[in-house]
Amino acid sequence: MTKIVVAVKYVPDATADRTFESDNTVDRENVDGLLSELDEYAVEQALQVVEAGDGEVTVLTVGPDDAADAVRKALQMGADAGVHVVDDAIAGSDAFATSLVLAKAIEKLDYDLVFFGMASTDAGMGVVPTLVAERLGLPAVTYASEVTVNGDTVSIRRDGDAASQTIEATGKVVVSVTDQTGEARYPSFKGIMAAKKKNVDEWSLADLGIDASEVGLDNAWTGVESNSPRPPRAAGEIVTDEGDGGLKLVEFLAGKKFV
Amino acid sequence: MSEVLVLIDAVDGKVSKPSLELLTIARAIGAPSAVVFGDADTATLSGYGAEKIYTYADQAFQDFLVAPKAEALAALIAEKSPAAVLVPSSAEGKEIAARAALKSGSGLITDAVEVAVDGGNITTTQSVFAGSYTVAAKVTKGAPVIAVKPNSVAPVEAAGAGAVEAVSFEVSDAAKGAKIVTSEPKAASGRPELAEAAIVVSGGRGTGGDFSEVEGLADALGAAVGASRAAVDSGWISHTFQVGQTGKTVSPQLYIAAGISGAIQHRAGMQTSKTIVAINKDEEAPLFELVDFGVVGDLKTVLPQATVEINKRKG
Repeated sequence: MTKIVVAVKYVPDATADRTFESDNTVDRENVDGLLSELDEYAVEQALQVVEAGDGEVTVLTVGPDDAADAVRKALQMGADAGVHVVDDAIAGSDAFATSLVLAKAIEKLDYDLVFFGMASTDAGMGVVPTLVAERLGLPAVTYASEVTVNGDTVSIRRDGDAASQTIEATGKVVVSVTDQTGEARYPSFKGIMAAKKKNVDEWSLADLGIDASEVGLDNAWTGVESNSPRPPRAAGEIVTDEGDGGLKLVEFLAGKKFV
Repeated sequence: MSEVLVLIDAVDGKVSKPSLELLTIARAIGAPSAVVFGDADTATLSGYGAEKIYTYADQAFQDFLVAPKAEALAALIAEKSPAAVLVPSSAEGKEIAARAALKSGSGLITDAVEVAVDGGNITTTQSVFAGSYTVAAKVTKGAPVIAVKPNSVAPVEAAGAGAVEAVSFEVSDAAKGAKIVTSEPKAASGRPELAEAAIVVSGGRGTGGDFSEVEGLADALGAAVGASRAAVDSGWISHTFQVGQTGKTVSPQLYIAAGISGAIQHRAGMQTSKTIVAINKDEEAPLFELVDFGVVGDLKTVLPQATVEINKRKG
C-alpha cells in the first residue's frame, strides 16, 4: 500500500498573454488558469506507481479559489482525493512560504511518497520540491527522467549536464519528475464522471497552524521591484529560397561578423 | 571589504566557464571567496580574482545529492556573513542555493541574467513568462543568495590572492538520504556546451531525424547543437540538447533554428538570444515572427549550401 501525495500548481495558461498585477505579482485573474503542464507528469507517475501495486494518490494544491480546477483535473486523471489549501493571506508568497504551507499540509496527511513536477510553468524556479524536503527532513530525489519504486526504495535517473546518474533513497521520499518520464494521460469520460464523487478538503492556514505573518507578499524574503514587457523585436528580413538561400544566409551572418 | 561566496562548478578539476563569470560578478560586490566541493584548479580561481578558496574534501559531498553541499554552504554563510552568495543557475546549483538560503534565513533569486551593483544594493534581472517579460528583483532579508545563468557577463581575468583554506565539515546523517548510486559522465561532443555557447544551431521536426546538416553548420560556425522538444520526443537526439522550457534556456549571440516551428515551449528557451535566424519550409512558422533573418526553404538544401560557403570563406 503506497500512499502518494502529489503537489500541483494552478498556473496562468502559458500560451496566453501572461502579465503582472500592479504589485508585481503574477496576474492570476485575467488569464485563464489550468493545472501546470509539468505537474501532469507527476500525477501520471504517481498513478503508475499505485496502479503497479496497491495504494492511493492524494493531490494537493495551494492557491486561490480557482486552483480547485487543478485538483479536479488531477482527480479526473485518476487521483483518489484532493486537498486545497486556500487562504487570502497566502497571496504573493515566495518559494519559502509556499514550501512551508505545502510541508505543513503534507505532514497532516498520511503518506509514503511526495511527488512534484520539476518546476512550475509560471515562476519556474524549480526549488519548491527540494525546499519541502528540507522542511520535512526527507531525502529528495529530483529532476527524475525515470522513476522506479521498489518496496520502500525509490530509484530515479537524473540526467545532468555532466553525467547521467542513478539516485536512490529509502523510506519517505520527495520526488520531482521531468517531462522525460513519459506522456501524461488524458482524463477519460469515466474518469471525468468519477471525479465528481471524489472528496476535496479545503484547509485554511489556521488548519495548518501557520500564522499569516509567515506567508504572503509582505513577508517574502525577495521583492520584485518592477516588470517590463520585452520590447518587440524589429521585423526581420525573410527571404524565400530560390536556390541561393544558403548563400543569402551566409551574407547575413557575414554582415553581422559571425562569419 | 566583505566576502562574496561563489559556489564553483568543476568537472575533473576544470573550472566551468559559468563559475568564472560568477567570480567576475562577485568582484563588483566584494572580495570573492570560491567554495569548492572536491577538486578545482586553484590557479584558475585565483586568476579570476578569488581572494580565498574554501575547499571541502569529504566523500559525502560526492556520494549524496544536494543536501550535504547545502548544509556546508549554510554553515559557511552563518560563519562569514557574506555580502552575497553566487551560485550557477543549474538544477543542482539552484537546489543547493534554495536549501542554504532557507537554512540561513536569506532571500533567494534564481535564473538571474544580470546582477547590478550600486553601492551596497544588488538588483537582479530575470527573464520570465517564456522571455516575454523581464523583472527586476532584490533580496530583502539576509545575505542575498543569487543563482546566475550562464553568459550573464564575459569572464574577466584579475589576480586574486587565492588563499586555500581546507574546511573540515561533518555532514549530518539527515543530509545523506539521496545516494548517488551510479554516475555515467556524458560523452564529450567536442562542441561548446549548449548553455554557454556564443552560437547555437538547433534542429527540430524538419530534420526528419537526421541532424547531419545541423551538425555540419554548427561545426562550420564553432557552435553548439540544440534541438526542439519535438526532435527529442521523437527519440532523434538526447534530452541534453533540448532548448526550451523543460530543457536549456540559452541566450547566445546567434541562434539558428532549422526546421523548428517555434512553439511557446521552444521560444521560452531561446527568445532572449541576441540575433535569431530561422530556416523553415513553412512560411507561417511562428518562429519567423522573432527572427532577424529568415529563409523560407528546405533546411536539407539551405544548411549544406551555407556550410560550404562558410568553410570556403574561412579558406
